[in-house]
Amino acid sequence: MDESPALETTALTKVYGSGHTEVVALRDASMRVGRGEIVALLGPSGAGKSTFLLCVGLINPPTRGRVTIGGRLMQDGPRSLGDLRHFRRENIGFVFQKSNLIPFLSAVENVQIVGELIGRPSSVARRRAMELLDTLGVGPRALNMPTQLSGGEQQRVTIARSLANQPSLILADEPTAALDSVRGRQVMELFRDVAHKYGTGVIVVTHDHRALDVFDTVYEMEDGALRAASHAVANASMEAR
Amino acid sequence: MNLAIRDIRHSLGRFILTTIGVGLLLMVVMGMGGIYRGMVDDALIVTRGVGADLWIVQRDTRGPFAEVSRLPRSLVDRVAAVSGILDAREFVFHTIQREHGGKPLRMGVLGLGWPIDKGEGLPLIAGRPLAQNHFEMIADESLGLELGERVRLGKDTYTVIGITRWLVSSGGDGIACFTSRDAQTIQFDEPGESVRLERQARRARASEIDFGRTQPGVLQRATGLSGNIAALPGPAVSAVIARLAPGADVDAVLRSFEGWSDVTAYSGAQQEDLLLKGSVDRARRQILLFRVLLTIICAVIMGLIIYTLTLDKLHPIALLKLIGATNRTIVGLILQQSLIMGALAYGVGYLVGQRLFPLFPRRVLVTGDDLLRLAGIVLAISILASLLGIWKAMRVAPNDAIG
Ligand SMILES: Nc1ncnc2c1ncn2[C@@H]1O[C@H](COP(=O)(O)OP(=O)(O)O)[C@@H](O)[C@H]1O
Ligand SMILES: [Mg+2]
Repeated sequence: MDESPALETTALTKVYGSGHTEVVALRDASMRVGRGEIVALLGPSGAGKSTFLLCVGLINPPTRGRVTIGGRLMQDGPRSLGDLRHFRRENIGFVFQKSNLIPFLSAVENVQIVGELIGRPSSVARRRAMELLDTLGVGPRALNMPTQLSGGEQQRVTIARSLANQPSLILADEPTAALDSVRGRQVMELFRDVAHKYGTGVIVVTHDHRALDVFDTVYEMEDGALRAASHAVANASMEAR
Repeated sequence: MNLAIRDIRHSLGRFILTTIGVGLLLMVVMGMGGIYRGMVDDALIVTRGVGADLWIVQRDTRGPFAEVSRLPRSLVDRVAAVSGILDAREFVFHTIQREHGGKPLRMGVLGLGWPIDKGEGLPLIAGRPLAQNHFEMIADESLGLELGERVRLGKDTYTVIGITRWLVSSGGDGIACFTSRDAQTIQFDEPGESVRLERQARRARASEIDFGRTQPGVLQRATGLSGNIAALPGPAVSAVIARLAPGADVDAVLRSFEGWSDVTAYSGAQQEDLLLKGSVDRARRQILLFRVLLTIICAVIMGLIIYTLTLDKLHPIALLKLIGATNRTIVGLILQQSLIMGALAYGVGYLVGQRLFPLFPRRVLVTGDDLLRLAGIVLAISILASLLGIWKAMRVAPNDAIG
């Protein structure tokens, strides 16, 4: 098995704007996420967490620094190496705070389309989408449109969608913000199970300190700078396992 | 999975309403084209209907449809004698407005060259061609007359024995066909009193000359029918139409008329040309321009609609990009919707038009050629209309989907 980590960033820096409007959103952020590892990313609002995920997710190029995913160097400074959309389609799954489902597709179709985009036959993609929805406990709602689903159900469908391409990396930006703490915890556990079961690297941005025991590693971000959280938290999470 | 259809299904009501709107607009474009074609066709229907190879009209006039042309009836025999001419007959055409059943009856009066032409070539939908020399008429449907109906025109009563469809003058008036004698009688109808006064005046003039005084027969003649007096000209005809003998050359025959100082001859094609360039030309161009304008408006509206539909989808489009959809998928989504809308709107326009156009007072002639051309235009419009939306969609960044 390939032993390269799911994700490795080296000295990621992102500067928005220039001159007196300049904002340094990321300062030399380096992170390594192993395969099957689930990482929490904490930090106050405006710390640069979303920016970090956008750079790592190959959506927003960094000003400096490198992004290596599954052993492949994808981003070297603002220069992208390869077809990012194609790479994203096959290797990365996204979950965002708001559910972000395509409104004109039913739950199952929202998941199915990811499979079709990576070239699976329609029937195969659909079968796989149904399986994922079942796994996530929203199988019975498969044919509903997004507006007919509750916030929690929508988020589960989004998670199912992020898994549909069997990505090597899942990036989740405050996925539980819209959920109550019980459901929020369920979602976190789901991510952990996915990470451990499929060997996927998972980064979850969260504010919920009560669910930190679910994570393998906890990072904190402050004013664009990234550091591993105190040992106490990390140990707590290790013991909880 | 087809995204375009999924999206249409999601906002079906709006899509249907918009499509119907565009469809009605396309129907108007179709109708305008139909009115244009109908107008040209109506203008030519009489000229074509009489089946003339040559038109002989008063010298330097442009024929009976453009202006008044008066020729003596005897010209028919002169023309018939020209080599290369199969036969000749008089052409009588004029428009009258009379009263019938308390309502105004406006119609074109067309004289058929009895007995050569009994009206067999007319677009009859009921009844029969003329069977006798007098007092029968073939009326167009649009005149609202029925088979067997009796119509009083001047001093005589005519019976409708045949009904035609779409036989109208270039002005849009329904045409009634009579024998040319009857047509002239209708044209030159004078009240009885004026005829009597005219005869009286003739008698008075005759009695003042020696010839009248010494020959009682002359006075008697002068009080009789004007047609029986050799010295008086018969009523004039509008034109003489002739058919060419098989194998005769039109140009050669036309040349032989060049020496005639009282008439001008036109070929059938020249006559049609005069007609289109003359009486209907301006109306024709007016409609043509209007039609072009409507087509452009239609394109602009469709473009705006597709653009707005795309604007409403920018978020899902950003999401699609985020999960890695290719540009082809996104272009396909917008283009397909545009094409589906164009095709459905075209269908709506066609179907509604089919029901509506026959109710128009003048003919709306939607030809297969025009339909095909419009289909092509709609296809082009659909593609053009989607370009603006596609351009917008291409500029959406995947991170627009977040936040
Ligand atoms: N597109 C952008 N243009 C300019 N500044 C931005 C942009 N996105 C984020 N920022 C700034 O970068 C900083 C980090 O933002 P963000 O990554 O959203 O933080 P977080 O997700 O931790 O709340 C903030 O100061 C924010 O104002
Ligand atoms: Mg954020």
